[in-house]
Amino acid sequence: MLENIRLSFQGIWAHKMRSFLTMLGIIIGIAAIIAIVSTIKGTNDQIKENLIGSGDNIVEVKLFEGEWNYVSGDSMTPENMPMINKTIKEELLSVDEITAVSAYRMGSMYDGIGYQGNMINGATIIGVDEEYFSVMGYRLVSGRLFDSHDRTQFTKAVIIDSNTASSMFGSDSPIGKNIEIRGDVYVIAGVVEETNEYKPKVENINDWYTYYYDDAGSKLFVTDVVWPNLFGFDEPYNVVVKPVNTEAMTNAGKKATEILNAYMPVNEDGSESIYKYKSEDLLEKAKELQDLSESTSKQLIWIASISLLVGGIGVMNIMLVSVTERTREIGLKKALGARKKVILAQFLTEAAVLTSLGGILGVGVGVGLAFLISDIAAVPVAISGSAIAISVAFSMVIGVIFGLIPSVKAANLNPIDALRYE
Amino acid sequence: MLLELKNIYKNYNQGNMEVPVLKDINLTVEEGEYIAIMGPSGSGKSTLMNIIGCIDTPTSGEYLLDGSVINNYKDKELSEIRNKKIGFVFQNFNLLPRLSAMDNVALPLQYAKVGKKQRREMCKKVIAMVGLEDRMNFKPTQLSGGQKQRVAIARAMVNNPRILLADEPTGALDSKSGKQVMDLFDKLHEEGVTIIMITHADEIASRAKRVIKIIDGELLEESKQTQEVTENE
Repeated sequence: MLENIRLSFQGIWAHKMRSFLTMLGIIIGIAAIIAIVSTIKGTNDQIKENLIGSGDNIVEVKLFEGEWNYVSGDSMTPENMPMINKTIKEELLSVDEITAVSAYRMGSMYDGIGYQGNMINGATIIGVDEEYFSVMGYRLVSGRLFDSHDRTQFTKAVIIDSNTASSMFGSDSPIGKNIEIRGDVYVIAGVVEETNEYKPKVENINDWYTYYYDDAGSKLFVTDVVWPNLFGFDEPYNVVVKPVNTEAMTNAGKKATEILNAYMPVNEDGSESIYKYKSEDLLEKAKELQDLSESTSKQLIWIASISLLVGGIGVMNIMLVSVTERTREIGLKKALGARKKVILAQFLTEAAVLTSLGGILGVGVGVGLAFLISDIAAVPVAISGSAIAISVAFSMVIGVIFGLIPSVKAANLNPIDALRYE
Repeated sequence: MLLELKNIYKNYNQGNMEVPVLKDINLTVEEGEYIAIMGPSGSGKSTLMNIIGCIDTPTSGEYLLDGSVINNYKDKELSEIRNKKIGFVFQNFNLLPRLSAMDNVALPLQYAKVGKKQRREMCKKVIAMVGLEDRMNFKPTQLSGGQKQRVAIARAMVNNPRILLADEPTGALDSKSGKQVMDLFDKLHEEGVTIIMITHADEIASRAKRVIKIIDGELLEESKQTQEVTENE
């Protein structure tokens, strides 16, 4: 076998130009496939990173009204919604995939918020529990977070995010300042800032619309317990859970949803409430987008495979020429006692070595091409080791398949006819 | 008795016509014989030799080699016979140009699955026998015609075959190297090798102990030459 491989290399080297031209079809086909797979894999990694961030993630479990996200103030506030208390949270925490839980209330206000008579254009008001800031990845910039005193005494304390701080107070410290919310006075206790760790990357306006459109603008945080004082009703809670790792996102979301929906009230006639908790599954979303790009790439790979087919036919053609050229050699070898399978193995090895070499060169060209594409089109590249291994193995298989007919032809030559061949 | 041909016929298809090449050949060869086959071009002597060498098959008739009928042998058995029992020497040497003399000689051993080390030993021995120890690693293009033919003889002999078949072994050589090659055949004959050789030249045929003439596919005459005739020349 090794002997055959050595002889094959000798033969390929003896006909450099011819061998290279024969390999060209394989080289182009493999290069195209490697380039496609690498850029698609890079794009997919980017999709995932864009959607779910590179760090640990959170899964939002939000209240839905039928098909739509329930938005406070858009319609009637639903009644008899479960209050997410310690018991429910503990039940959620008992799920293996969930490491932390936070419940919060959220509403949008379009007016009624201001400082010393200067009203701002509206803000998102969030009523938070003890865990909210840590689960959502907020960092305290100045002042303090809420403490147990705030909760037991229903303190009128508010925490604002750094954007609001800079737009309302500029470079002045907002701590201790009084702001007006719906005619009530709240004292600013602290300023927080979102860390990017758990958030999708925003690279263009489309990303921004996708991820941040609904929670753009100012954010004001109060304790969830003062919500009824502020708005006069019990706003239903949304929940956010932190899974053990990114892969557990889907399951964590599903299990949390099941637990929460078990607490949902049933209508008087016994039918299901139109209000339901649903998890916002970014992993699933990323997968959908990846599937989409992958299906495109699969079509491209099929097209590239045509080049492999053409390359294979080229190999078959040149192997037939080679068999004809070496008819006398084959006859001689048979006269010296070479069996059919010896001749068969010799030519099959030669074809396989030829296409494997083409495959290896193709991988090299493909990797280069992938980096070139990523340079021009600004898409990331992820070189897949398995794709490289499969490509080289596949090109070897092409050699065996398309080398088969010429090799069988060689093996079946009649020794005397072959020896007499001029 | 080493081999026996009984009522051998061979036809070739040329277009729609069956052209008879050998007609009713009967021949027995004993161990250690030295036979020359003579005859004009196209008489069928090469075909006869190819049938004996198992690289061609008769259209009808029976071929016994070493006591067994080999007519119905398949590729596996025929390859083994060609490899172990028969050594072929061709007019135009038929050496593989890309291989060294040593590697050319080693080919039959390779097909016989002889180990590398033993292969080397056996090759060295036969190459020494043909007197080319110093040219072992030369490529055929670096050798003269006579040297090439001696390499080919070494290759034919490397597996210790029962019969050495030579198809005009001196046909492509000048008289000096032709004589060297013929001396080598004589030596092999003395060592007991059975030799069957095709030749056109009478002085070469005269070295053989038995001359067979083939004319128009028929084994016309089988003349035993006496020892004296050989010695007189």
